[in-house]
Amino acid sequence: MSWLVCGTVPDDDFPLCMGTWRVDGDRLVPESVSVCGSAGTVPSVPVQRGTPALVAAAVLALEKLGGSAPLVLLAGDCGSSKGSARLYEFLSSWLGSQESQELEGITFHYLFPSVDGHNRVLMALEERAFPRPVLIADAGFMYAAKMSGYASKYDVFTPDAGELAFLADEKAPHPFYTRGFLLSENNRTDELARAAWEHGDSARILLVKGSCDIIMEEGREKARVTEPCLPFMEPIGGTGDLVTGLLTAFASSGTAIGQACLLAARSARLTGRLACPNPASSIASFMPFVSKGVSEAVERH
Amino acid sequence: MFEKLTGWLKRRGGKAPEDSSSVEKGFLVFQHTGEVIRAERCLQAAGFSVEVKGPPPELVTGCDMVVIFPLIMESAVRRVLDGERLVPLNVVPVSGPLLEPVSLYRTKDYGEWFMVQAANVKITVERVSGRIVNVSGGGCPDVPYLASILVGETIAGAQEPRVQGHTLCSYALQKAFLEARRIWRQGEES
Repeated sequence: MSWLVCGTVPDDDFPLCMGTWRVDGDRLVPESVSVCGSAGTVPSVPVQRGTPALVAAAVLALEKLGGSAPLVLLAGDCGSSKGSARLYEFLSSWLGSQESQELEGITFHYLFPSVDGHNRVLMALEERAFPRPVLIADAGFMYAAKMSGYASKYDVFTPDAGELAFLADEKAPHPFYTRGFLLSENNRTDELARAAWEHGDSARILLVKGSCDIIMEEGREKARVTEPCLPFMEPIGGTGDLVTGLLTAFASSGTAIGQACLLAARSARLTGRLACPNPASSIASFMPFVSKGVSEAVERH
Repeated sequence: MFEKLTGWLKRRGGKAPEDSSSVEKGFLVFQHTGEVIRAERCLQAAGFSVEVKGPPPELVTGCDMVVIFPLIMESAVRRVLDGERLVPLNVVPVSGPLLEPVSLYRTKDYGEWFMVQAANVKITVERVSGRIVNVSGGGCPDVPYLASILVGETIAGAQEPRVQGHTLCSYALQKAFLEARRIWRQGEES
């Protein structure tokens, strides 16, 4: 075990559980998963969007890269925040355990954006006697990290354009309250990313997902990925999760984090090209092509 | 907790960060004091952590009391208020009472389909049938849940996201949904 993915499944009855998963068709199937704190079984989940899509992409990519599947901490949460709260509490405790000693990285994903929950986890990380893992944050946990004021403690955030405007707005408590002038399409991604970094509202590296993927490090542009150009990727739910899953896989397999961002952006596009999507496609239809997308990206690198 | 995170304090113009709890809170502004009291009562009964305070100077409209509530749960809070026929004059973040919700929509034409984006959430509809084919973006856990309900339904007949949503992300989805419905109906008429 070296990498942990934390997220949610949109089912309030789904138990808080931890373990490894495999992909079987369009479902994520528990391989070695235990319910946290009690006995019980864990059902398989569809790979439609959200954290299951991230995990499926990471598992498939790591099969190709020769790495071991990530450990996954999942809670059921349809938005009430209760499942996320259980996950925050469990994780804060687990990070102090010997079991977490070998942890090399954590990817945080669809979680209720609770500043208190976030700060408990961050404090647990700070108090660990073990080396600090690489920290990647996306979706709701990224919002909480920005709101907490401790964004710069993270190695990578993976926002899309709307989320980048939120990071660049030092006043906004959530993307829904981002000031309009920052949402204009005339804004340059690199300027917004620089503003976010200067306000302390950005991770060290930003992988900004969009028609042009841009990788920024400490407010400075490091790389752009534009090919292959796939305009149909944007409307498909889960394409951002695909990128973050691939980033998790590359980082977990030992690739330096900046290069992992680059390879993730490229392999997501190559996977998308192989899937021949249209705006009505499901992210599940991308999964059979992840392995080839990853190998093509590595060959070109 | 913040004391224990010494050395991590973010610099905002040389000042220590705001109380983290205020970042997550919002003000509900009402016209009359009676509405404030009813709102506090019904929200507490629904399990929300709310309190009544005096408004900041920026909020000059309404009565001289506001309800402070968990901002991220705006969609669920509005649903409870709707049930009591309570309509706030304004809903704003405590951290920035002059901030307004995103009102810009971005619409993208994909030929047979169109996509509407509001804030961080996108919804895509097939023009001929009105079928919702994708929901994308968002960061709160109710967006994947609502997506699983919406995809495959028609934009004309689907249940609005506000009915089961809890968070600001779902409220953004509600806005995008209504705009997509408006565009689709406009297309039907022309």
